[in-house]
Amino acid sequence: MGAILKLDELSKAFGAVTVADALSYEVQEGDALGVIGPNGAGKTSMFNLITGTLPSNSGKVLFAGQDVTKWNAARRSHAGIARSFQVPQPFSGMTVFENAMIAATQSAGLHGHEAERFCLRVLEQTELLPKANVLAGSLTLLERKRLELTRALCAKPKLLLLDEIAGGLTEAECTSLVQTIKDIHASGVTIIWIEHVVHALLEVVDRLIVIDFGKQIAEGEPHAIMNSAEVKEIYLGIEADA
Amino acid sequence: MTLQDYNVTRSSNAARVAAILGALILITLVAAPWWAGRADMRLMGELFLYLALASLWNLMAGYAGLVSVGQQAFVGFGGYMLFALTMFAGLHPIAAIAGAGVLGALISVPVAVLIFRLRGAYFAIGTWVIAEVFRLGFAQISSLGGGSGSSLPVAIVKSLASKRAMRESISYWLALGAAVIVISAVYLFLRSRKGLALTAIRDNELAAGSLGIDIWRTKFIVYVVTSALTAMIGALIFLQKLRISPDAAFSVNDWTAFVIFIVVIGGIGTIEGPIIGTLVFFALRETLADLGTIYLIVLGVVAIVMMLKAPKGIWGLIRSRFDLQLFPLGYRVITPGKTDKS
Repeated sequence: MGAILKLDELSKAFGAVTVADALSYEVQEGDALGVIGPNGAGKTSMFNLITGTLPSNSGKVLFAGQDVTKWNAARRSHAGIARSFQVPQPFSGMTVFENAMIAATQSAGLHGHEAERFCLRVLEQTELLPKANVLAGSLTLLERKRLELTRALCAKPKLLLLDEIAGGLTEAECTSLVQTIKDIHASGVTIIWIEHVVHALLEVVDRLIVIDFGKQIAEGEPHAIMNSAEVKEIYLGIEADA
Repeated sequence: MTLQDYNVTRSSNAARVAAILGALILITLVAAPWWAGRADMRLMGELFLYLALASLWNLMAGYAGLVSVGQQAFVGFGGYMLFALTMFAGLHPIAAIAGAGVLGALISVPVAVLIFRLRGAYFAIGTWVIAEVFRLGFAQISSLGGGSGSSLPVAIVKSLASKRAMRESISYWLALGAAVIVISAVYLFLRSRKGLALTAIRDNELAAGSLGIDIWRTKFIVYVVTSALTAMIGALIFLQKLRISPDAAFSVNDWTAFVIFIVVIGGIGTIEGPIIGTLVFFALRETLADLGTIYLIVLGVVAIVMMLKAPKGIWGLIRSRFDLQLFPLGYRVITPGKTDKS
């Protein structure tokens, strides 16, 4: 299997603040990559650059072998990149089912009955089926996070970007969400997951990268990375020799 | 209970009742020339045209987020095209209305490319400036009466129908037809795939973009279609008035302020809102118009109170109590064992 995503010296700065500093890495098809780093390190900005919500200053984004750097978010979504937002962005005036239908019809390009059945299947998988007719604006935090995941899945992604989807959840909620994500990964979807809830992350990912000040500072096997002195110092704020 | 037992419906009992009532009301309205007086028909004709303008503005502002305060540019443009196409090109007035729509679409393309660079308040002001440019431009055309305007020649008026009563009926039916066509078009569009995309844009542009919706293109299509239909309504308005001048044609008060009032009062971002708003606006106007300026003060107070107390308008208030939708746009999942309660 080849690389589904390749970042090549991808950079972005807002004035003096650099949010992406020559990011370069590859993600192989079927992989699950975890991303960690302190708040404000540029993790979400990296997702914005990959999905096309944010234009880059320099460098390239290659998706499934194609240079998509100049594509807008809609076109990248059609190509198979889907994401969840850290702060949930529901279509609040529409029901949960309609939210799912947007992704199925606009991104995955499904029609009519086929789209409806597909959305029902995904809603069952993400455990939101009982809430199908509820307005998205009146959901709880966990339900909103599940809706983010539902919509991303209804887009039939090849690459799924998850942005702190476990943040703010209780232990029990987190466990069931992790199981859902494991199932999605097992079905062949490539995943990049930004997460502060590290133990949840480590249950799914097989590789970890660490980002700080927009720079990729470490990459490798998850447990080795978590135990490295560099990560302890920069990410956890613990002195390496303390 | 398996997934196969779940069903999805796009209709509801409330909507079926509304459709039957709507059809009955429509039949009654079509027959108005046989039961209504001349003054009433003229008033209803005006009401239908405002309803059409409000539904179009609502599609553009309430769904696509394009808050224009310059739609009078297209009302006036359409009106002037009616005069120009009938007087200089010898077109039948009804053909000229269609022509005004085509030309309205064409002129809206460069306007859109220009003003779509602006956001929010700047966009609103930009549309107003464009409307003023249109007004000043048409005031320069001496063959259309320049700044003082012109009247539609008698021969052209008579080409619609030789008898006055027939002319008034045709004029009424055209207005009714315009309102029905606009509301049907808005309804069918919003129910379609593209309409689903537009509703998503209404709720959240960031998420819409990430889910494959091309925001610029969707807004552009809505702007051009809305402008074309607005120009056709403008042509109809001035076919009823029989006289046009730059100030009347490009009046921000008549063609935008009142229209915004209607949509805000009724409920922005819903099909039902402009219908309710139009009825409220005409009820207020007919009861208060004799009071002169006090009428406008009352309108202003009503608008301010509504915006503070019920920002989703009258239809928003109704919807928050009863789970109603007269125009079924949404999807409803029917759980096995439960009956559809709406």
